Amino acid sequence: MGTPTLHFSPKDRYNAFLTTVEDAPYCEGPLSGRGVAVKDNISTAGIETTCGSLILKGYTPPYDAHVVDLLIRAGAAIVGKTNMDEFGMGSTTEQSAFGPTLNPRDPKRVPGGSSGGSAAAVAAGMVDFALGSDTGGSIRCPASYCGIVGLKPTYGRVSRYGLVAYSNSLEQIGPMARTVTDLSNLMVVISGYDPRDSTTCERPYRHKPHPSVKGSKVGIPEEFFGEGVDPRVASVVWDAISVLEEEGAEVITCSMPSMTYALAAYYVICTSEASSNLARFDGVRYGPPVETHLPWHEAYSERRRIGFGPEVRRRVMLGTFALSSGYYGKYYAKAQVARQMVSADFSRIFNEVDLIAGPTMPSTAFPLGEKTDPLAMYLTDILTVPANLAGVPAISVPCGEVEGMPVGLQIMGRPFEDEYVIDAAFTYEQGVAT
Amino acid sequence: MSGDSVEPLVTAVQPLGTGTIIGLEIHCQLNTRSKLFCGCSTDYRDDPPNTHVCPICLGLPGALPRVNRAVIEYALRVAKALHCEVPLESEFARKNYFYPDLNKAFQITQYDRPLAVRGTLLIEGDNGEKEVGITRVHVEEDPGRLVHKGGTDRPKYSLVDYNRAGIPLIEIVTDPDLRSPKEARRFLHKIRATLEYLGVFDSEKEGSLRVDANVSIQGGERVEVKNITSYKGVEKALTFEVTRQRGVIRRGQRVTRETRHFVEARGVTTSSRSKEEEQDYRYFPEPDLRPMRVRDWSDAIVLPELPDARRTRFITQYGCSPEHARTLTGELRIAEFFEQVADPGAPATATWVADTLIGELNYREMSVSSVPSSYFRELMQALSKGEVTDHCAVEVLRSLLDQLHAKGTCESPLACVARLGLGKAGEEIAATVAAEVICENERAVADYHSGKNEAFNFLIGQVMRKTKGRADPAALNRALKEALDMRGE
Amino acid sequence: MVNEREVEHIAHLADIGIEKGELEEFTSQFNAILDYFEVLDRIKTADREDPTLYNVFREDEVTPSLPQEAVLENTSQKEEGFFRAPRVM
Repeated sequence: MGTPTLHFSPKDRYNAFLTTVEDAPYCEGPLSGRGVAVKDNISTAGIETTCGSLILKGYTPPYDAHVVDLLIRAGAAIVGKTNMDEFGMGSTTEQSAFGPTLNPRDPKRVPGGSSGGSAAAVAAGMVDFALGSDTGGSIRCPASYCGIVGLKPTYGRVSRYGLVAYSNSLEQIGPMARTVTDLSNLMVVISGYDPRDSTTCERPYRHKPHPSVKGSKVGIPEEFFGEGVDPRVASVVWDAISVLEEEGAEVITCSMPSMTYALAAYYVICTSEASSNLARFDGVRYGPPVETHLPWHEAYSERRRIGFGPEVRRRVMLGTFALSSGYYGKYYAKAQVARQMVSADFSRIFNEVDLIAGPTMPSTAFPLGEKTDPLAMYLTDILTVPANLAGVPAISVPCGEVEGMPVGLQIMGRPFEDEYVIDAAFTYEQGVAT
Repeated sequence: MSGDSVEPLVTAVQPLGTGTIIGLEIHCQLNTRSKLFCGCSTDYRDDPPNTHVCPICLGLPGALPRVNRAVIEYALRVAKALHCEVPLESEFARKNYFYPDLNKAFQITQYDRPLAVRGTLLIEGDNGEKEVGITRVHVEEDPGRLVHKGGTDRPKYSLVDYNRAGIPLIEIVTDPDLRSPKEARRFLHKIRATLEYLGVFDSEKEGSLRVDANVSIQGGERVEVKNITSYKGVEKALTFEVTRQRGVIRRGQRVTRETRHFVEARGVTTSSRSKEEEQDYRYFPEPDLRPMRVRDWSDAIVLPELPDARRTRFITQYGCSPEHARTLTGELRIAEFFEQVADPGAPATATWVADTLIGELNYREMSVSSVPSSYFRELMQALSKGEVTDHCAVEVLRSLLDQLHAKGTCESPLACVARLGLGKAGEEIAATVAAEVICENERAVADYHSGKNEAFNFLIGQVMRKTKGRADPAALNRALKEALDMRGE
Repeated sequence: MVNEREVEHIAHLADIGIEKGELEEFTSQFNAILDYFEVLDRIKTADREDPTLYNVFREDEVTPSLPQEAVLENTSQKEEGFFRAPRVM
């Protein structure tokens, strides 16, 4: 008897997958035979890994990311690689070189991003769960827009080994699912110390969610309901917060003044790191080949001009500028200070409260092609980037609708209290169900 | 002046050293078992290209570096030997630039928070012993290796081998304290010896050392000379560069600030000015690695005996002259070889190793490590027992070295003595030869008997020619005198 | 604020080609974003915080390398075990 396989050939009406594995092998384990979709920036041995970019077309890694290794050993079947904004740089999945993913809740709208393919695959029921990655909201944004649950774990809780780096100091791989219970089960498998990632900690997640917000204090930063947040979204989220209150939580308003700097700091840091991370894509070792009969500078410039989409080129150039001689102090150094300020705000607030809650996104999913101005697009990340800057866990759980489109409730916790965040989301989920 | 022109070598009017300011940046490969950031073996030199690489040192997307503890320990040993301060915290940084040998398009190195700073090293300067300041010591990864295809003048493309990528390097930066190319060479020798004594470096591995130098003439701009890859090259490159700069000044022109490359084959430095030279490396802390706090490691290090201490010991223990002691301790392998072959209080062995053996090895471009110390010891014993003459011992040594050079092995010294018939001629042979010479040189014999001392010198010369230097001169002297005196009676 | 010439210089530094026709739009988008970044200018510099995690090392142990075929698997431009890259001289 050979290895069992899971047959997987979905009708992918939403362009959620870039690659599917028709007969995905699996072994015994807690996830035995359950299909998992993996974002295409997570390395899978022998399965094409493009990061939604032409510059990696045809690249098949010779190794598995640590999380993929863990999934396989837990019995999961890797059924495919999901669409994404190129290298994670976007909030709509429209920046994929292989066409946008559509939102299963309304195919005329964006699914959010950059883990839009993973969110759509889960939302459409093609898989029960998926892996995404979250640099500034890339798990929580599409979870919110597609009406599923998505967790950005505490920085250091899940190994990044094999995750194609966009912004190393900010990003984490995380679970996405339709229910908090499934999400938690996936988190159990992927978390834990990995000697190959020097930024991981010996803090495995071995938790089963249970409803427990009784007596908890939940902080609501006023900035999360400030200018730019759709009042209808705000209203749905307030209703959700009152559900937590009904379950026994104490709600306290608070303030996070560093929000003034958070988004600018986030974009300086992520583009700076990206400009360095993405420099290696030159067509010599992998990806569509570089022209070798030109002088190397010319050859590289041309390969990279053709290989990267406009948003990637813009961010790489922004980061190059922010790190360049004469500007480092003005941008990168100041952004690091702002980052410390954000962390300090979280620490201060978490002295008073156990959790922080607010909307995940300022709006619901907007129509495909609507937002074209880069800065306007960046501004939609304002509520998700603080958790990345501070490294704290943050979950988005569906909490209602505005005109038929889902709204996400974001719950953040202290570092390494992912369990508590998940419990709060579970409480809300159960509270609404009963 | 065109950017690519090569200045002709001109004779310096002033002494070469005057007003010369030199600082060095020395890169040495540390001899750990595995690479700096991954487990690939560092023993790559005889292997096919791209067989010592993994996702990490190939820079594959998603792979993450992991710091090899031994590299930090080795570097701290060096820092301690150079009397450096170890800051509370240091970290790795990315140096961003494009080049086909650089797989990630950045080098993981250290920038504003190096492992160690502010040290010193004592060298034999142009005017006696001097202390050279060490600005900093840090750790970084070696890039891959490029081979240019399609002719050296205009290559069509490059070939890349990443076996070398990720080999740990230590970079030692000096203050601008060196005053002549000769001092620079001495400094480099001292650094090499120190690193070898610390057991962190093997100078015999090809390409294990690379040097960049900053050179200026007092009052002039600084020129960076890159691409010096050998010990001999340092003095050659710097001598050329100092002479070039003096020539520029003598012609009333200004030395321009630039980067030049040393072309070893031609012994010249050439300007490499181009757009790419305006580098902007965009350093920032490496986000995939954590900071290091290793000052207490450094405190715990117990250093082995270093070259200066060994030199002093050689003088007292073996009775070496200070000059011989310096030569013998200047390279770890020679010092250890000497200790294997020498008996305490035997200064003759010091002369044999420091003068004869090193000279013969250099002539053949051989390393002392290819010489079996037991054989050398056997030869020294034969000498001291009077079984061979000094002259014959040199011949035996040359023969053995030639054999080692040709096939890596050799016969034993005594076998060589026997084969070449180089054993010391006995009294009997001496008497026979003396008798022969007396018969063949009647006139000189007569002169001798009439009291002319020069005649004896002539006759002994004839005896020695016949014995081809194999006989003990004292024995010959005795035998000739005896034979002559017998005739005279 | 940056001008088109500076944007071209940045593109050169990043080795990312830019065409004349793209310059105007890139420059204006660039400036809008940099204008937003100006908020950071109000921040005073501060000392770096102490790291929570430091001294993460591995032991000096040799682990297997990839087979040469796997190393070269993702490129068509190879020769005698080497990668082929553009000329540098």
